[in-house]
Amino acid sequence: MSDKILAPNRRDILKYGVAATALSAPFITRANAAPTEINMLAWYGHGEPDMVGEFEEANNVKFNAKYYAGGDNMLGLIAQSPPGTYDIILSDGEFVQQLNEAGYIEEMEPADYPFDDMLYEDFEKFPGHWKDDKLYSMMVRCGHLGVSYNTKSVSEEEAMSYKCFWKPELKGKVGHFDWHLPSLGEMSLYNGNGADLWDLDDDKWEAVQETTMSLRPQVGGFFDYGGTFNSLKNGEMQAMVGIGDWITGVLEKDGAPVASVVPKEGGIQWTESYSIGKDSEKADIVKKFIQYMLSPEGQVKSAQMAAYPGFAITKAGREALIDDNPREAIRTGQVDKMLNDPIRLLKEGRIHYRNIPVQQDLEDWNDFWSEYKNA
Amino acid sequence: MPRPNTYALTWRLPIIVWQLLFFIGPLLFMIAMSFFLVKNYRMIEAFEMKNWVKMFGRNYFWDSYWLTLWLATLSTIVTTLVAFPASFALAFRTSETTRRWAIFLLIIPFFTSYLVRTFSWYTILAESGVINAMLGTIGIDPITMLNTKFGTIVGYMTLTLPLVVVLQTFALANIDRNLVQAARNLGCPPWRTILTVIVPLAKTGLIVAALFCFILSFGDFVAPYYLGGSKPPTLPILIIDTTKSGQQWPRAAVVAVVMMVTLITIAFTAITLAYRKRASA
Repeated sequence: MSDKILAPNRRDILKYGVAATALSAPFITRANAAPTEINMLAWYGHGEPDMVGEFEEANNVKFNAKYYAGGDNMLGLIAQSPPGTYDIILSDGEFVQQLNEAGYIEEMEPADYPFDDMLYEDFEKFPGHWKDDKLYSMMVRCGHLGVSYNTKSVSEEEAMSYKCFWKPELKGKVGHFDWHLPSLGEMSLYNGNGADLWDLDDDKWEAVQETTMSLRPQVGGFFDYGGTFNSLKNGEMQAMVGIGDWITGVLEKDGAPVASVVPKEGGIQWTESYSIGKDSEKADIVKKFIQYMLSPEGQVKSAQMAAYPGFAITKAGREALIDDNPREAIRTGQVDKMLNDPIRLLKEGRIHYRNIPVQQDLEDWNDFWSEYKNA
Repeated sequence: MPRPNTYALTWRLPIIVWQLLFFIGPLLFMIAMSFFLVKNYRMIEAFEMKNWVKMFGRNYFWDSYWLTLWLATLSTIVTTLVAFPASFALAFRTSETTRRWAIFLLIIPFFTSYLVRTFSWYTILAESGVINAMLGTIGIDPITMLNTKFGTIVGYMTLTLPLVVVLQTFALANIDRNLVQAARNLGCPPWRTILTVIVPLAKTGLIVAALFCFILSFGDFVAPYYLGGSKPPTLPILIIDTTKSGQQWPRAAVVAVVMMVTLITIAFTAITLAYRKRASA
């Protein structure tokens, strides 16, 4: 017997080989069925089941999401990772150009995406997304920043100007989302800089700093997403600078007496776009996912993302949202001819795309923000 | 020349290796990093003083430094004073069994996340929270407690109070009861017995407990951010802010090195004080 084990003949090899193959079949099948892993770098919520669950199931893929907060944080994470780490990158619109300049993203084929279905012509050639007529990032959703407030202590009429943040009754009750870009952008709009809110000469930058400093006695705190959410929910903060419906929308659905408006001085648009990571081996399935997110189905999901809602950017997406959840479409103004229709606000010139400072270094803004927090 | 004791060395080696790998090594790297530069969100090895000059030249850095030092000191004083009566009662006024149960119960908070415990204060300290609801029933207007320095201290105490009570209890329970008895028999009043007999005898343990409280408060990010509203920011918040914007890890390293130097100085002073023998009469 032992001799037979040590020196099996051809018949034994065939016999045991067939048996071993039969026994391992389930494992082989399972190995074949192992989902393709896609590494995603995104703001919180984009890799959650409500957004990617159905796509994962239909395409046998699994998203590994790494979340960041803020464009700087995103660029830092990519810079510190080996090339090809991230297959798909969701970035704020204003950071796409830097992603491209650093060579972190792949060129995309415009014909693959529904450019003929965009709700607004700017979305077709969104600033920074194209270079030398080549596409590098695809916008998928957006939202507005303005005045967010507790409807019990601030009227909608008052909220229609950033001036409401200085209301004496709100002393210690005004909160900041702890990021200098949206807050200082809003202060710049309040100073009347309009479309040039990011392009400030020394005098205008000085004036923005003075205006911001004058708000400091009103400020009750500086918060991250969770803190902003909680402080508005429990009424600790009655007004919030630097946010919009992306936070109050979630609370509103929960029954909290909060709302967001775009004031008369103008609002800021945040824009989120998908890019394919440089050297990604999964570019084809990533392209399919971006197409899915721009399909009516994906746009409906995106507009109602559990973590924070956004606006649909395609016509078909908007129509699908109206069919799927007319109440949400009306609440967010995503119905043609509504007064707060985001596209109408854009056409009226009341919304400005978020950007980085043009004449100052980002570091100058950040330094001032630290001084402001310590004041 | 005496031969090294291999047996003793074997047992001591793990802690030495651990400290070298996870404390000394990272500390040296952090010091080196404070001289690096950042270009295109990537750190570049260099030996430049720019980060030190930049951080030391900013008023907000010093404002945060003194604030953090003050809040950690205040937290240490308040926690030590609040903990002492409880520790005293556990050490001298309860049975061995009760003390064991009390210590077990004091350890239980550490089973849950500190962040969760901090967030739970929202429901208690908020203007619509439990305390203000109770004050409202007796006609007192709501008091703002969240997003204040008071909130920060409450958060620090959430982290440190159970630990300080446990350490103080061990220190007090281990002192020689005969000396306490002798003081009382010789007519020393209770408060004086505490101040001149019990506290000096438990000095080492009490100082170590206070030191732990200081270290944990000084380095805590959660309480000043979530209960203090980051208003104004402490050094740990400044580290986060610095890394978030522009990925300035080298500048954050400057803040961290300053924090380490401060803590090492304070810890060294405290330990010297704790183990200093009284001058013999």
